[in-house]
Amino acid sequence: MSLQHYLIVSAILFVISMAGIFVNRRNVLVVLMSIELMLLAVNTNLIAFSKYLDNVEGQVFVFFILTVAAAEAAIGLAILVVLFRNKKTLETKEINELEG
Amino acid sequence: MIISPELFQQFIFYLFATFTVGSAMAVVTVKNTIYSALFLVLCFFNTAVLWLLIEAEFLAITLVLVYVGAVMVLFLFVVMMLDVKQAKASQLKQSYTKAALLIAAAMLVELMVLFAYKLSGQLPTNELIRQEQGYSNVSEVGMALFTTYVYPFEIAAVILLVAIVAAIMLTMRKRQGNKQMDAAKQININPAERIRVVSMKAEKPEKRHSGEES
Repeated sequence: MSLQHYLIVSAILFVISMAGIFVNRRNVLVVLMSIELMLLAVNTNLIAFSKYLDNVEGQVFVFFILTVAAAEAAIGLAILVVLFRNKKTLETKEINELEG
Repeated sequence: MIISPELFQQFIFYLFATFTVGSAMAVVTVKNTIYSALFLVLCFFNTAVLWLLIEAEFLAITLVLVYVGAVMVLFLFVVMMLDVKQAKASQLKQSYTKAALLIAAAMLVELMVLFAYKLSGQLPTNELIRQEQGYSNVSEVGMALFTTYVYPFEIAAVILLVAIVAAIMLTMRKRQGNKQMDAAKQININPAERIRVVSMKAEKPEKRHSGEES
């Protein structure tokens, strides 16, 4: 295994999660999950570079990303709960108040 | 037949990379949201193994503990609590699906070309430096975290605190018919507003007719 292996795996993960956000036709929860997957791909990239360049700072950065992602997931889910209380649905088609 | 350690490691890598990519595909394609949360757990787990393979033990364990243990449980909790309806196949068609998939495929091809050909001269080509026995990845990360990066570390703690407060404040609501007292209102009461003296004529009690009652 070389660095390229890890880079390609994380690129595939990133593109899959991006496609998941693009063609999502279900609910907002899956969008949040796709964002988590994206962060995972980025973290894999950072760790691979950190290990192959023998520089521990990449791993410290991944630690911070994990922290921020956990906070983001908690707040995102709280927002979804409030949204569900108000609209009784999480379908992406129903939540288009902004006409985006 | 004895497999060499190198070959075995490659085998493990390809196995778990396949599982990672497959479960990531499942997350975005499966119709039931609970299944996609469970597949996300699988994906995190396999990625943790991939991280273990290049000796990033601390973060691999952190990923399992924090993500699989906490964040995904939160996701599953919300998915099950919110009664998300299953999408029907007819709802899954949309006008821009093909274009979006095309764009994603184009990005994938470009990234592949970038990593495999364009950057191959500039990326570090050396093999992973295997650390000797007794080396601790945890202490190495900890040394960097608590010396050079101690200030960002404190900020990360504050971010977590803000997340807790925000999540609670967002989901908290007043229950209907709650008999709880508002202390501020009680203290700020003005006696003049509470008692009103009304001047009116005294009323005589009516005479009771004993005959009606029986």
